[in-house]
Amino acid sequence: MPSMSSYNQDTLLVEMRGISKSFPGVQALDNVDFDLRAGEVHALLGGNGAGKSTLIKVLTGVLKPEHGQIFLQGEEVTIRSPIHAQELGISTVYQEINLCPNLSVAENILIGREPMKRGMIDWKTMNAQADEILRRVLGMDIDVTRFLGSYSVAIQQMVAIARALEIESAKVLILDEPTSSLTATETQQLFSVMRKLRGEGVGIIFITHFIDQVYEISDRITVIRNGNLIGCDETESLSKIELIFKMIGRSITVLDDMSKIKEEMADDISEESVLEADDLGKFEWIQPMDLEVHGGEVLGLAGLVGSGRTETALLLFGIDTPDSGTLKMDGKTVRRFSPTNSIHLGIALSPEDRKDAGIVEDLTVRENIILALQSGQGWFKHINVQQQKQVAEEFIKLLDIATPSVDQPVKNLSGGNQQKVILARWLATNPQVLILDEPTRGIDVGTKAEIQKLVLTLAKEGKAVIFISSELEEVMRCSHRVAVLSDREKVGEFSGDVDEHVLIEAMAGSAK
Amino acid sequence: MNRDKVSRVISRITQNRLFLPILALLLILLFDAIFIPGFFRIQVRDNDLYGRVIDIMRNASTVMVLAIGMTLVIATGGIDLSVGAVMAIAASVAAIMMNPTIIGVQLPPNLMKFINDPNFTYSPLWEVILVTLIVAIVCGLWNGVLVAYMDIQAMVATLILMIAGRGIAQLITNGVRIQIFYEPYAFIGQGWILLPFSLYIVAILFAITWLITRKTAIGMFIESVGINPKASHYSGINEKRIKLLVYTFSGLCAGIAGLIASSNIKTSDAYNIGKTIELDAILAVVIGGTAMTGGRFSLPASLIGALVIQAITTTMYALGVPAFALQAIKGLVVVLVILLYSEPFKAFLNKVTSEKSHQP
Repeated sequence: MPSMSSYNQDTLLVEMRGISKSFPGVQALDNVDFDLRAGEVHALLGGNGAGKSTLIKVLTGVLKPEHGQIFLQGEEVTIRSPIHAQELGISTVYQEINLCPNLSVAENILIGREPMKRGMIDWKTMNAQADEILRRVLGMDIDVTRFLGSYSVAIQQMVAIARALEIESAKVLILDEPTSSLTATETQQLFSVMRKLRGEGVGIIFITHFIDQVYEISDRITVIRNGNLIGCDETESLSKIELIFKMIGRSITVLDDMSKIKEEMADDISEESVLEADDLGKFEWIQPMDLEVHGGEVLGLAGLVGSGRTETALLLFGIDTPDSGTLKMDGKTVRRFSPTNSIHLGIALSPEDRKDAGIVEDLTVRENIILALQSGQGWFKHINVQQQKQVAEEFIKLLDIATPSVDQPVKNLSGGNQQKVILARWLATNPQVLILDEPTRGIDVGTKAEIQKLVLTLAKEGKAVIFISSELEEVMRCSHRVAVLSDREKVGEFSGDVDEHVLIEAMAGSAK
Repeated sequence: MNRDKVSRVISRITQNRLFLPILALLLILLFDAIFIPGFFRIQVRDNDLYGRVIDIMRNASTVMVLAIGMTLVIATGGIDLSVGAVMAIAASVAAIMMNPTIIGVQLPPNLMKFINDPNFTYSPLWEVILVTLIVAIVCGLWNGVLVAYMDIQAMVATLILMIAGRGIAQLITNGVRIQIFYEPYAFIGQGWILLPFSLYIVAILFAITWLITRKTAIGMFIESVGINPKASHYSGINEKRIKLLVYTFSGLCAGIAGLIASSNIKTSDAYNIGKTIELDAILAVVIGGTAMTGGRFSLPASLIGALVIQAITTTMYALGVPAFALQAIKGLVVVLVILLYSEPFKAFLNKVTSEKSHQP
């Protein structure tokens, strides 16, 4: 999509030339060029650990490059600090909003610039100003006196954008995975704001894992891989296949294999259900539902964000206790609902929020991998360090986890590898039922395909897998059956080869 | 080549957890060596060792005992402000068991005359110690229940016992300071077997705690809960039970410290035993490098932290700093020590060591 702006396409807002940066043991960036025009959306793509964030950190003054030059509107600059970058007109809006949810929208926009009257904050003027800024800059009309935290993530992001543009008078806006926790509608809201800003000459760097969104919004695409610049192309002239090829550097035959494996497996699914929920529910949390999953089967859970997918997972794993219905594991009724008990029963959950509920950052890869295995054995049956190493190394090999050593703190790994560590943690407990809540969120295309394939491989070994994802295509590709949730209620169940539109209709709640 | 190896060894040393605490201790001792003549002199008397350095270790023993418990509490992301008050409770319980006349227990007339005898005790020593430690454990359990199961912030929860504890200690002894005459009890804090007896208590407590935390899964679970309680819960760790355990254990440590302290001064002094010592214990853990937000912990580092604090105090006394100025000057030195842990200093350290490794 060409830019609609009247700005000269050749005005380079940012030009980064020959940027190199290394960390102990890693060449994070190797002679990378990048530029941004006024009035364009420039997508920056690459796998986990490719060097995207390092490049952005160099541009925003968080890191200093060892080599290379940075020009802003033709003038060479040395960006000393994030604050300096802001002064130069480069603003970043992160995935995790860095505003204060317990202050009002107006306060968040004008913090540090509050209009004063007789030594006190002039609330009336402040609210009016904030309101005007949101209308003028974003075309948005919301109640600015409400707490920022009471709005959706999308609105919060837009408030952050408004602040970046108006108060920090940014010319360069960096959006770091802004859509990863947005619904489709919210994403569209954000995109329309981005289009508006592009038309006004703002340069936007857009970082995302969603390929479709790249094609919807961006003008140019830069791909980096392993710290190297792979290429910079006009979005129009780059096909999806070419793009994915550039990103992962190998053809994605994995995906083609998948449907074949799935079909072969269908005969091996056991008759008996392993995990069976009967009218299982919790008041004001999730409506009672029936659900069963068999050995050797992948059951997909589809639904929009907030439809009750995660709530179902938490109930099945015993984080929450149901107040109606029964849950049977191997035909026996589950009486105690706790993660510890689930480990004993052979149920595993890889949770949705990797940072919040998954990894234990400062513990090593080894410790993170054996954590659930150890907690299943209790306090005193200690797995000694030698055995821990063995287990960890086995899974590092099996899942192809990229880490310098087993004793590396897990926080030093890239997102995709952290996700694999959590999978390893649960595979180490040798579960019969594996619940995977968004196991591929925020990770690169290559790793995504690996994990999808792993899901099928695990089922092939006889495990029952419950697979949750926001990406419908992925759910359908991996699952033998798909249960659809809407408004915290199960609204239907389909076989895995069902037409996509049927699922979408069900998700919209019309299949009741 | 050889130099490269040397610089790698250097950077491994500076990256070690124990490096900064030991550096801090060495700096203070270096100061002492230069400015206080005879600081390191050790004398042998009746086959026992005496000297300022031995004093430092002996006087640090209560804080070391507390720091062992406090380390685990802080590693879970908590804090225990009540340890000083629990020490006072423990001291009162021990004193009252050896001499209960003060709360109206009538002794047979033939025993009454022995009440001030160094060989007399109402309850046998093992019973005194056992009951005292059980009371201390109950105090710790109270804190643990409030923090783990009532979800009260650790600082608030333990503040309750910090305030109420000294009142309880006084209630136990009817508001009276009980003198302790029983000699074997005095041995706990004042005895000497080559080295001060209290140091053996510290050593044994340390060894047991180290074994329990590092040779079982408990240490890792404590760190995991401190780093990310939610992920720990999702991984099947019973984080409430872990919290209950560390506060209870901290209570036990406070009980042991209370025995040492009361034995040292031969009285139950509800006002002064363990006064503001909780802050020293916390500081010892901080100097040991355990973050107040929880996570990775090191018991030996905390012990060195306790020695650093005591070395500062002893140095002040040795220099003849008047008692009224002691706190202020101690504060100043502590600030200097803590500066070693600041980011600018760490950056400086990194720069120095990495510059060396870049030399041809």
